[in-house]
Amino acid sequence: MSYLEAQGRGGLLSWLSSTDHKRIALLYLFLLVPLFWVAVSLGFAMRLKHLFAGDFLMSAQTYNALFTVHGVIMIFMFVIPGLPAVFGNFFLPILIGARDVSFPRLNLLSWYFFAAGAALALLSLFTGRGAPDTGWTFYVPFSLRTGTNVPLAVSAAFVLGLSSILTGLNFITTTHRMRAPGMTWHRMPLFVWALYATGWIQVLVTPIIGITLVLVILERLFGIGVFDPAKGGDPLLYQHLFWIYSHPAVYIMIVPAMGAVTEILPTFARRTIFGYRAIAYSSIAIAALGSIVWAHHMFTSGMSDLAGVIFSLFTFLVAVPSAIKVFNWTATLYKGSIDMQPPMLFALAFVFLFCIGGLTGIIQGALGLNIHLHDTYWIVGHFHYVMFGGTGFAFFAALLYWFPKMFGRMVEPKPVFIAWGLMFAGFNLLYGAFLLLGGMGMPRRYYAHLPQFHPGHLAATVGSWLLVAGLLVLFGSLLRALRSGRRAEDDPWGGKTLEWRIPSPPPAENFAEVPVIDAAPYAYNPGRRS
Amino acid sequence: MPFLAQASSASARIDSVFLWVFAVCLAFLLLISFFLVYFSVRYRRSRNPEPEDIEGNAWLETVWTLVPLALFLAMFYYGWTDFQYLRNPPKDALLVQVIARQWAWSFKYPNGKQSDQLYAALGRPMKLETRTLDVIHGFFVPAFRVKIDVVPGRRNTVWFTPTLLGDFDIQCTVICGVNHSAMLSKVRVVSEAEFKEWYFSDEAAPRVPAAAAPAAGKEPPIVGLLRGKSCLACHSLDGSPMVGPTFKGLYGSRQTLLIDGERRSAVMDGALLRKAISRPGSVQVLGYPPIMPPAKLSDEEMEDIVAYLRSL
Ligand code: HEC
Ligand SMILES: [Cu+2]
Repeated sequence: MSYLEAQGRGGLLSWLSSTDHKRIALLYLFLLVPLFWVAVSLGFAMRLKHLFAGDFLMSAQTYNALFTVHGVIMIFMFVIPGLPAVFGNFFLPILIGARDVSFPRLNLLSWYFFAAGAALALLSLFTGRGAPDTGWTFYVPFSLRTGTNVPLAVSAAFVLGLSSILTGLNFITTTHRMRAPGMTWHRMPLFVWALYATGWIQVLVTPIIGITLVLVILERLFGIGVFDPAKGGDPLLYQHLFWIYSHPAVYIMIVPAMGAVTEILPTFARRTIFGYRAIAYSSIAIAALGSIVWAHHMFTSGMSDLAGVIFSLFTFLVAVPSAIKVFNWTATLYKGSIDMQPPMLFALAFVFLFCIGGLTGIIQGALGLNIHLHDTYWIVGHFHYVMFGGTGFAFFAALLYWFPKMFGRMVEPKPVFIAWGLMFAGFNLLYGAFLLLGGMGMPRRYYAHLPQFHPGHLAATVGSWLLVAGLLVLFGSLLRALRSGRRAEDDPWGGKTLEWRIPSPPPAENFAEVPVIDAAPYAYNPGRRS
Repeated sequence: MPFLAQASSASARIDSVFLWVFAVCLAFLLLISFFLVYFSVRYRRSRNPEPEDIEGNAWLETVWTLVPLALFLAMFYYGWTDFQYLRNPPKDALLVQVIARQWAWSFKYPNGKQSDQLYAALGRPMKLETRTLDVIHGFFVPAFRVKIDVVPGRRNTVWFTPTLLGDFDIQCTVICGVNHSAMLSKVRVVSEAEFKEWYFSDEAAPRVPAAAAPAAGKEPPIVGLLRGKSCLACHSLDGSPMVGPTFKGLYGSRQTLLIDGERRSAVMDGALLRKAISRPGSVQVLGYPPIMPPAKLSDEEMEDIVAYLRSL
């Protein structure tokens, strides 16, 4: 009996009270997907607005609310939790041969925190004096002065943070304590390494955003003055605190995505990963170095020039481990036997789009260039390449890859190829235009734009149509597969890691008998090694 | 930068660094893309059914760690030298004060002249010292490749030497409220002679919008108070439309309001005014964005304001 049916079939309640890591993963998925679509629709509406330079479709205040809410939902409720909460929860225990995570109840509690945070965030849209209009960064003093519903939105982010910390804690402990006999550190699949590194970032830096958000609320309610120069405070303190969390958060978003892609490439190339240790350790290096680059978001803020130089240097250093990963992924294709199934295509698109995201990051990490590019559409283009082209595409790759295991059904490949084509073309048109617009000096978060930017905006908007069309086709075919897809075999792709050795969908406690591990994770051709 | 004039002494420097960093990055991208596509085709399953497990190569790992590292350090270095140029104004630069407020710029010259557009002389370095009267703003002139945040409690500076005649856009780059994207102005670069003529003429500064011009002395103290509390950034005294409802004729008018969340028709009297000003959240005028910040006023100031609004 699979985890989908087991546990007495008590309907919704049996799901809401389940401590099975696989069910919790699906609980997350069912919250994340609708939230994703809400945020996509908001982004789509913003693009429509830019069909005209001036007033069109919505007021400036609505537009400001849209980009704020789009950012808050996408970042705190889709991209950060996305891969760890869904695929991490589902596959981390299975990949190390465990029956569940270390703290199954805590795991369920994190989901409730997540649901509560999401509910608060949605509530902030419809209550008080309107949706927040500060951008997802909530910079003071504007976020202290605006009459909109900032306090509730900020509390939502706080609660979501709790959920993230508990998930991280659970993953760290699970990785340390729950590995099957013989599963040494260097026999762990690389997705596990990535989740482990991510767990540490989550646990170490998320409390800082918690403190920061509490300070914002205290400042709003009681005017305590930590951010107010008239009382001896400093608005830059807020920016530092905010980015000390929010920069590492970028790595919370991308490292698990890298991990998932690292699982997919060997399976479809049918050969072992190139540079196992380089990939594993670079996850740790990214987690460590990524924690000391936060002020590269502040080069124009007026902090000391020396600080600017130091943070720029660190920024270039953190690019090295990412580059190492890209080279190793590419080399993994060499002398493989490549089967271009949909998950593989999405994974390769990830590598390409992530390269653009990383390289544009390099460009804006150079101090002199950053001064021009900061707070323009260039930045918006850059982080969409990283977060959507990177994490988003990896999320879809992972979903397509593990869909047969999670739901026991196959996805029809043909429409997915069409979806991929639409998404890939639309994505590059949309965010490529953003990079160009930013170079020309188009500032971000602008309701109205000057005439010289109009052609770029038109191209971007057309790109957004293609992208959304692709997404619709993709989700359409996933839904169809869920209802009427062909039954999946246990190992439809010919994978070697542990999840492919158990039934699709897996039974309640994953393994009837805990496996004993005696080999590296991606040993496809033990006879043919060089 | 593409499609953008090089109008200051910094522009060409920044652009040349951009160009080579961009070229290196593009080369990286093309290299990776080439191998991704080439391997995918060359080693597709139908052509290469027998894969090989290659576990790694220490020599390759070293090369592709050290080569990017060296390139990155070079990029860092050039970015840094440009930054130093941007951060060190020449001693003889003309010092101009930039005053930012929601949602207007104003510029004040050493001789007291004030303008809502920035006049600059071709070839003459100019240093700007910024200050904000409310939230953070960002001063950005794309054609000059310069940008600086305007932060409460700080006097951040920025400088440039214009090298092209003409008008260049100034845009605010830090979200500062509903009219953020309208917080625009221009740098007018004119010849040295023309600049001197403008600078020393007695002719009043070019048109300055009422909200942005604290013309001290000429206005009654109560207007100064309203301006000082930023009220006039959002409300007009003469009936002209702004972000918030005009103060003219406000007192005694009948309006549909959300009072403590309840939709009601009410007449604006002293009590309601006090409530609207001290706790804007509790009185919401329909059809306007809910952005009014709570004002910190003494009782006396509040009474003065209410009395003044009554007289309008
Ligand atoms: C950031 C812009 C902004 C500033 C600054 C601002 N207001 Fe407002 N004010 C608004 C807006 C928008 C409204 C209408 C929406 C609402 O009621 O929230 C409003 C509403 C009002 C009303 C109610 C008007 C009516 O028609 O019922 C009064 C009275 C008022 N403001 C007074 C003031 C005073 C006095 C100050 C300065 C201490 C001030 N405002 C500062 C934006 C602003
Ligand atoms: Cu501004």
